[in-house]
Amino acid sequence: MDIFDFPSGREGYYGDYGGVFLPEILHGTIQELQECFRLCRKDEQFWSEYMEILKNYSGRPTPITHLPNLSKKLGGAQIYVKRDDLNHTGSHKINNVIGQGLLCKRLGKRRVIAETGAGQHGFATATMAARFGFDCTIYMGEVDVARQRPNVFWMQNLGAQVIAVTDGQKTLKDAINECMRDWVSNMGDTHYVLGTACGPHPFPEMVSWFQSVIGREARDQLLELTGRLPDRVYACVGGGSNAIGIFQGFLDHDSVELIGCEAGGLGVGSNLHAARLAYKDASVGVAQGFKTYFLQNEQGNMLKTHSVAAGLDYMGINPIFPHLWEEGKVRFEAATDEEVKEALRLIMKSEGLIPALETAHAFVTAIKEAPQMGPTEIILINQSGRGDKDIFTIAEALGDQEWKSFINEKSDQYRRELC
Amino acid sequence: MEVIHQRKVRPISQRAMLVSLADYISEKRKTKDILIMAHVVCGFPSFEDNMKALDIMQSKGVDLVELQFPFSEPSADGPLFVQANEESLKSGTTVDQCFDFMKEVTSLFSFKVLMMGYYNTVFKMGEEEFLRRLANAGGAGFILPDLPLEEAVNLNSVAIAEDLAPIVLMTPTSSDQRLAKLGAASYGMVYVIARKGVTGSKTIIGDSVLKLVERCRKHTDVPIAVGFGISGREDVDALSGHADVAVVGSAALRAWKQSGASGLHDLFSSLSR
Repeated sequence: MDIFDFPSGREGYYGDYGGVFLPEILHGTIQELQECFRLCRKDEQFWSEYMEILKNYSGRPTPITHLPNLSKKLGGAQIYVKRDDLNHTGSHKINNVIGQGLLCKRLGKRRVIAETGAGQHGFATATMAARFGFDCTIYMGEVDVARQRPNVFWMQNLGAQVIAVTDGQKTLKDAINECMRDWVSNMGDTHYVLGTACGPHPFPEMVSWFQSVIGREARDQLLELTGRLPDRVYACVGGGSNAIGIFQGFLDHDSVELIGCEAGGLGVGSNLHAARLAYKDASVGVAQGFKTYFLQNEQGNMLKTHSVAAGLDYMGINPIFPHLWEEGKVRFEAATDEEVKEALRLIMKSEGLIPALETAHAFVTAIKEAPQMGPTEIILINQSGRGDKDIFTIAEALGDQEWKSFINEKSDQYRRELC
Repeated sequence: MEVIHQRKVRPISQRAMLVSLADYISEKRKTKDILIMAHVVCGFPSFEDNMKALDIMQSKGVDLVELQFPFSEPSADGPLFVQANEESLKSGTTVDQCFDFMKEVTSLFSFKVLMMGYYNTVFKMGEEEFLRRLANAGGAGFILPDLPLEEAVNLNSVAIAEDLAPIVLMTPTSSDQRLAKLGAASYGMVYVIARKGVTGSKTIIGDSVLKLVERCRKHTDVPIAVGFGISGREDVDALSGHADVAVVGSAALRAWKQSGASGLHDLFSSLSR
């Protein structure tokens, strides 16, 4: 199926979802972007330039790793992992960012702005900006700045200006609002590098296109490794860019079940989660430029969301997903904060992999379902990011006493240096 | 201060008094060079304070008021209104309260009232229900900055059939081709955004703004309001003779926050002729 083959008059819509809901002042800017993207999409040279940078700068193709120990321990399906954590900057975010960087050059703009939650997209954008020579401003919720300090450090050292957003919930959605405010002021020379497959058309299509590289590679690699397609593919879903990226490799194969794993936070009924489709708390709305399922109240105001993983802590979802969900193409599940910590311990000890907290949500669901599957069946998990960026959060979540003493000692040392 | 509680207009039945927004503006323009539109965020700091502010606005001859229904993601607003939206929601303001308040306001005051807000408020309620409640509350129209024309086809046509004005926004980045399209859809009043950016920062009303108004005028027959960054008498004077309405939004909220009712009183005193 080609989800981007829009019926006439419904460009940018996936079923009832998507669209463009932007202030009039951005009308020309978004049209220019749509037009530029259309041309790039048709241009084979654009794609080959893109692939070359991904290869020589980011380290693609990323491998697929078999997890024999975990598979054996669970006693069911064989588990394979697509290693997008091995990209430069440590996550799949670089794919989209390199693509939009090339597009920004074609637009003739000299400055990029981006929102970031976990910091991975901001980190990737700052890296791309340094490489391509763009000025770069990153908006990040104050709460996320506090929980993802290492990424802030890298962004600043890469030359980006990092602005802590103090409005609203002070997380990803507020950083997006702040980007919109910057963009309506500076659209003349500024491209908004939206980090996920959300927002107004063409962003969902564009980000999905750049991330489709994950699915294309994974399908070919798995066929080569095992001689067959996977039975199930798992990916975590915040905005939903890594998931749509890997799923696109398998959308045409009905035998492959696709499972999106959302942030269950404190669980069903807690009102502190970010599960839009797996739980029943979200409804259709329009915000931040597009129509999709949002966690919102009956008045249309957004609810507080929560996840141990900053990158999944968002009230809206890629507009392609509600459509695929209604069509029965993707199933949605949620993993709670507690389950995520458990899974993380298991994966680290049994396979020596350190997935990001976001990615660990996909592992939780796969680990739950693998034992019910047969030993010849195959599970593929997208390891969208690496977990070492989460060292502060993970160490705290795991209650690691030695880490805490280390931080105390460091803190004492810095205090002495300041005196 | 006694002027605050001196309401000059007796309660009226809304529908009986409802005249088309464009007619209302044209009629008033016969005796005034330029009209003033003010802005209030419902429930910030409180509905009581809103009422005091509106009383001052009425006493100083304000002609139109936007009542903003607070939204959790006000991405077209600047810091002052963002905070006001947030605080209002935090104190529990609901859409029902905003409509009740609008009804009270339109029965007490003679200025025309427009709903201003974000599309999700309308979408969640249902477009037709929204229009029904807006008419019932005596509103003359609505401004939804995140709803582009392409997505507003149904809402706007139903609204116009009910003589509710869906305010079209024209901007400095609009091409002539786009202005023609916007102009063809205009009804009641057009809102010209004086500059790029969000609400709240200062705009110098110079040649570029006046030229923009001139360009917009070529594409529409309805009255033109100009807003974004208009903060004082000088700006209003500069627009006089070019635009029909000057929108004083953030400046009023800033005055209220800095020096309360007396600050607001001073601001609108300086604006009224």
